[in-house]
Amino acid sequence: MSVLLDVQELQTRFQVRKGYVYAVNGVSFKLEEGETLAVVGESGCGKSVTMLSLVRLLPPAASIENGKVLLRGDDLLQIDQRQLRDVRGGQIGMIFQDPMTSLNPFINIGTQMSEPLIYHRGMSKKEALARSAELLEMVGIPDGEARLREYPHQFSGGMRQRVMIAMSMSCEPAVLIADEPTTALDVTIQAQIVELVKELRDRSGVAVIWITHDLSVVAGIADRVIVMYAGYIVEEAPVDALFEDPRHPYTVGLMGALPSLEGDTGTRLTTIGGSPPDLEDLPDFCPFHTRCPYSIDRCRTENPMLEPVADASDRGHRAACWVDIREVEVQSNGAGASS
Amino acid sequence: MSQTDNGNSDALVRVENLTKHFSVRIGAYGETKATVHALDEVSFDVQRGETLGLVGESGCGKSTAGLTLLQLHRPTSGKVFFDESEVTGLSDKEMRPLRRRMQIIFQDPYSTLSPRMTIGNAIGEPLWLHELASGQEAQERIAELLDDVGLNPAFAFRYPHEFSGGQRQRVCIARALACEPDFIVCDEPISALDVSIQAQIINLLQDLQEEYHLTYLFIAHDLAVVRHISDRVAVMYLGRVVEMAPKEKLFENPLHPYTNALLLSVPVPNPRQERQREHTVIQGNVPSAISPPSGCRFHPRCPLAFEPCDHEVPEWREVESGHWVACHAV
Repeated sequence: MSVLLDVQELQTRFQVRKGYVYAVNGVSFKLEEGETLAVVGESGCGKSVTMLSLVRLLPPAASIENGKVLLRGDDLLQIDQRQLRDVRGGQIGMIFQDPMTSLNPFINIGTQMSEPLIYHRGMSKKEALARSAELLEMVGIPDGEARLREYPHQFSGGMRQRVMIAMSMSCEPAVLIADEPTTALDVTIQAQIVELVKELRDRSGVAVIWITHDLSVVAGIADRVIVMYAGYIVEEAPVDALFEDPRHPYTVGLMGALPSLEGDTGTRLTTIGGSPPDLEDLPDFCPFHTRCPYSIDRCRTENPMLEPVADASDRGHRAACWVDIREVEVQSNGAGASS
Repeated sequence: MSQTDNGNSDALVRVENLTKHFSVRIGAYGETKATVHALDEVSFDVQRGETLGLVGESGCGKSTAGLTLLQLHRPTSGKVFFDESEVTGLSDKEMRPLRRRMQIIFQDPYSTLSPRMTIGNAIGEPLWLHELASGQEAQERIAELLDDVGLNPAFAFRYPHEFSGGQRQRVCIARALACEPDFIVCDEPISALDVSIQAQIINLLQDLQEEYHLTYLFIAHDLAVVRHISDRVAVMYLGRVVEMAPKEKLFENPLHPYTNALLLSVPVPNPRQERQREHTVIQGNVPSAISPPSGCRFHPRCPLAFEPCDHEVPEWREVESGHWVACHAV
């Protein structure tokens, strides 16, 4: 498979009164054609800022300090605004978390949906509306033509998210970035949206980057997973390897913290003590060491690089940790460390 | 886990046919009067020392159930009993001594703490209002409460903005505990928090329950969380409880098609299993509570719906000991 998107050493920071907040600190990853990559992490880990950096949709206080974002060889960080407009919505489609605020309440769905088609595909208004109606039916909104005249408030949350998906897929992008698309939705609607995205992906071959904090959703949709913490990628692996053989203590902790629908409920959940660090300095130590049950002296003085793990079942399994956690017994840890 | 070792009929809270309708005005200029059927004929009880989980999707009335039960909403009809005495119909003044024993923790720890009040004062307020402690004694109690919820007692003089979401939720829990309640309604206490923090709060709630013999009504939309923390679970759909059972029964042998659909919608954190699992996704959306469907409210989305479902409200009945369901097809 060929590489579609190649992100290299991306660094983004925010200017704040006291100095800087280092949100993304040297993130590198590749996305292959047709692949679904999940990016997992808690709020503030830099997962959304990473994705916004790719298409340069950052707020004014943020600046990209370093890195390359190669989309089929073109560096998105170097091209001018005009070319960038062709990329946004044309080659890269985006869906955001909150379907309530990503649509304009004053403009009917048809007009909003035809905008990218007219801009990127050069369609006439009439053609664009006809295509929009088809797209609505494609994402499971019956009677698409009539609904084009309706306004966002006439749609439920799940329906609005379907509209957003239809819009982001309308120009047949090569990459679809979905930023927590199901977080604001109920579980039955979440299941509908996940199924819809899978179906569209399988039909169109679009590569998907699915950002989420919910590991359970990842299991069903991703081919590969990146786990982020404090602006760093701390683990990267194919989905099976990640769930069966997690190697970073943070990943292990996240999995232990998940209550499940099976197994014994008498046990306590494994927790990750403390809370994530503030990102006001670039650390010269492992950013997770203060919360890590496995930490050793080296963790306090050197920040580990993302490197292939020992005895991996897959060559693409990498983790940023000084410790081989399989060799260490930790009390209070019961979950996740099976292989 | 706290398991009830009490007898079967030792209910701390009992709710009988509780109904809450809200009058609203709809249309662009509010020209049409309408009624939101937020809660209709809901009956359940919460045994002393147990956790009853209340699950359902947004708008199903689970929060309204919690608030109406605490008389924070006045019910349209129906009765609530607390410790064998009826609380519906009591005046605010008569309610006050009971409020000490029934507390609530809300979903959003950001908006439930006054930004102008130190957290010590926020936690101390119930102590002063109920005249449980004052002066030095109150300060000591606040320090003790902060310690109970895993916060440094020195934090009492800080303001909410200095804390993270998880820490604020701990403050809210400390405040709910201040007047030594018997019963706490936990209204989605973890859904605004990050995954790793959620687990901390769940463990904390369980530890406190054990230590202080608390009874919880745990309202949530996350079935995995509810399964973890509850002894019994009630499932709500559009203002009605459709199924209630001890959690093992409910999760292993769900009887109501809605419960079943909910369980199938929950993603499993295991990629191999998830690939093999059948994905029968429940279609459609939750209908509006302003004009709920006739008969069984689930019938327009139900795969099992047959003749009586669209005009006859299914009876709320006990199909086996402790397992209640309202469905014609069961």
